[in-house]
Amino acid sequence: MGIFVVGISYKTAPIEVRERLAFSEKHLSAFLDRTTDSPFLEEKVILSTCNRVEVYAQGREAEDGVSEIKGFLSSYHQFPLEYFEKYLYVYQHGEAIKHLFRVSSSLDSMVVGEPQILGQVKGAYFLAKEAGVTGLILNQLFEKAFSVAKRVRTETQLGEHAVSVSFAAVELAKKIFHKLEGKSVLLIGAGEMSELAARHLLTQGVKAVVVANRTYERAVALAESLGGKAADFSRLEEELIHADIVISSTGAPHYILTRQKAEGVIRARKNRPIFLIDIAVPRDIDPQINEIENIYLYNIDDLHVIVQNNLQEREREAQKAEDLIQRESWHFLGWLEAQNAVPTIKSLREKAERIRMQEMEKTLSRVSVSDKEREAINAMTAAIVNKLLHGPISYIREQAHARNGFNMETIRRLFDLDRS
Amino acid sequence: MNVIFSNLTLFIYFIATLKHILFLIHRRPLLFKIAMGAVALGFLSHTVTLILMTVQAHRLPFANFSESLAFSSWVVVLAYLLAEWRYRISALGSFVMPVAFFGIFLALILPGEGTPLIPVMANFWFLIHLVFAFLGTAAFTLTFGVGVMYILQEGQLKSRRPGVFYHRLPSLEMLDDLSHKALSWGFPFLTLGLVAGFIWIRSAKGSFWDWDPHKTWPLLIAWAIYGILLLGRLNGWWRGRKAARGAVFGFVLVSLSYWLHTYS
Repeated sequence: MGIFVVGISYKTAPIEVRERLAFSEKHLSAFLDRTTDSPFLEEKVILSTCNRVEVYAQGREAEDGVSEIKGFLSSYHQFPLEYFEKYLYVYQHGEAIKHLFRVSSSLDSMVVGEPQILGQVKGAYFLAKEAGVTGLILNQLFEKAFSVAKRVRTETQLGEHAVSVSFAAVELAKKIFHKLEGKSVLLIGAGEMSELAARHLLTQGVKAVVVANRTYERAVALAESLGGKAADFSRLEEELIHADIVISSTGAPHYILTRQKAEGVIRARKNRPIFLIDIAVPRDIDPQINEIENIYLYNIDDLHVIVQNNLQEREREAQKAEDLIQRESWHFLGWLEAQNAVPTIKSLREKAERIRMQEMEKTLSRVSVSDKEREAINAMTAAIVNKLLHGPISYIREQAHARNGFNMETIRRLFDLDRS
Repeated sequence: MNVIFSNLTLFIYFIATLKHILFLIHRRPLLFKIAMGAVALGFLSHTVTLILMTVQAHRLPFANFSESLAFSSWVVVLAYLLAEWRYRISALGSFVMPVAFFGIFLALILPGEGTPLIPVMANFWFLIHLVFAFLGTAAFTLTFGVGVMYILQEGQLKSRRPGVFYHRLPSLEMLDDLSHKALSWGFPFLTLGLVAGFIWIRSAKGSFWDWDPHKTWPLLIAWAIYGILLLGRLNGWWRGRKAARGAVFGFVLVSLSYWLHTYS
């Protein structure tokens, strides 16, 4: 009994190869149907996303199973193996378990911590389950992968740190305002960066976007595309009084918001906090303004620093997640080995009994013995076999229970159980 | 004070405080669950302690500083549990539980056994005075904890180089909101407590002003500070950092007057 996975991902293969091997949902079912008769693939799940195509399988012989999967992939997509074999990765046993846990927990994703992958893994599993091509082992494995992914999400802050400038701005806004619903956004200047940040803020539920630009027509155009309204540049101060989040990106050579103006604005706002984001170079907003209470001013460099800090923080959280996954995959391996123990013990006993019977027959056919003597020899050989096997069998039971990643394969090889 | 239960309470609160702080550092949900479990368990043991005190002394446990500390810590923990249940600010415990722990700790090391209740204390107005003073203190303990959190988070955001507290503390708006809510409860409580105190003093001593001024002035100043904070907030004169600092300073004054009031 072994678990193995054959796959390609954005890490190993360019898009030209991935798209040739990708499956649509309809094709997934068809492919699963086609592999039904394979003696080497007792259970299987296929995961196909834009970043990866992976076939998880369970079967007696991993080596044969792996080449079977490669053959199926090649013939199904009519894509010769030699063109893509070098991009494939193969993991077996503990490594395969760990790989699935890492994929489901989004540690193997392009954007580490992104939440979609778990849903995609679930979809792939349920499709295979409905098609009836999963069984005890893969059912357990995938259920475990989902619970591990959930633990990673709740026990680490993997997905919580913004790692782009515009997300960092959203994150800061949430630390100032808690909920962004109902907050107003003012864009000063109609640049691309401020548009991107405004779109992020809109997805967070901000109420209104007002665009103020020196060229009024540009303001109107951007306001329309954001579903907001345009404001006249001369009415800037008035607009500032009503705005909670301000993104400034004009090409002005001097400060367009001075300390004196800002003090007037905060007084008129009755000290309600205001978050100013100055992404213009040269800067639009006098940096001294940050000294005024309830005004929070960030420029483009400040946002970059936050992104850098968050990347470090995310790495620390990823390490926590890796440790958790390592422990959980050892655990699962233990369970898998315990599954292997029963058939191993059974075949060990059968093999010993077979040898004993063969040797008894061989010997007793050549000599003549009484029934009583035959009985005694029978009892003696049975006792030898039992006593000899007692040690190994208790050891197998013990190790399978200990769940410490004990490799049943060693025992099978040691007693040569897979050749008959 | 019942030795077993009061020490047990102290021990459990210690664990709760420790786990809250560990949770703030590591942000593992399990730590928070343990911390909240410990708070609930400690609160239970605390309640038993107070009941036993009442039964043993045949009177409510207000007679001296030690007893009243044990009682007011109980109200603080109750207020914390309510705030946590209502607002789910999981970092709050790290700032409020140490106060409750310290209260119980002082109550245990200060002399408290066998003080008879002075006859003037067995009075309806005195009881009203105490109940509202305790409720007010609990609300102000919350504003204190929230105020400290606000000052920390505000410092992070103003510095433009957010560090460890940035991710671990809630948003300014939420903290400001909670502080305001606690203040809106605490101020009327304190006011009622003061009024009841005046009436009690008058009925006991025949005059409104016949008491040691040094005992009462810090309390009146704290009352004025909280009043101004509330008024300023309602009118938009100040918000945020100033208000948070005011709340922290007010709590220091309240603690001081609490001590002057009862520890003599």
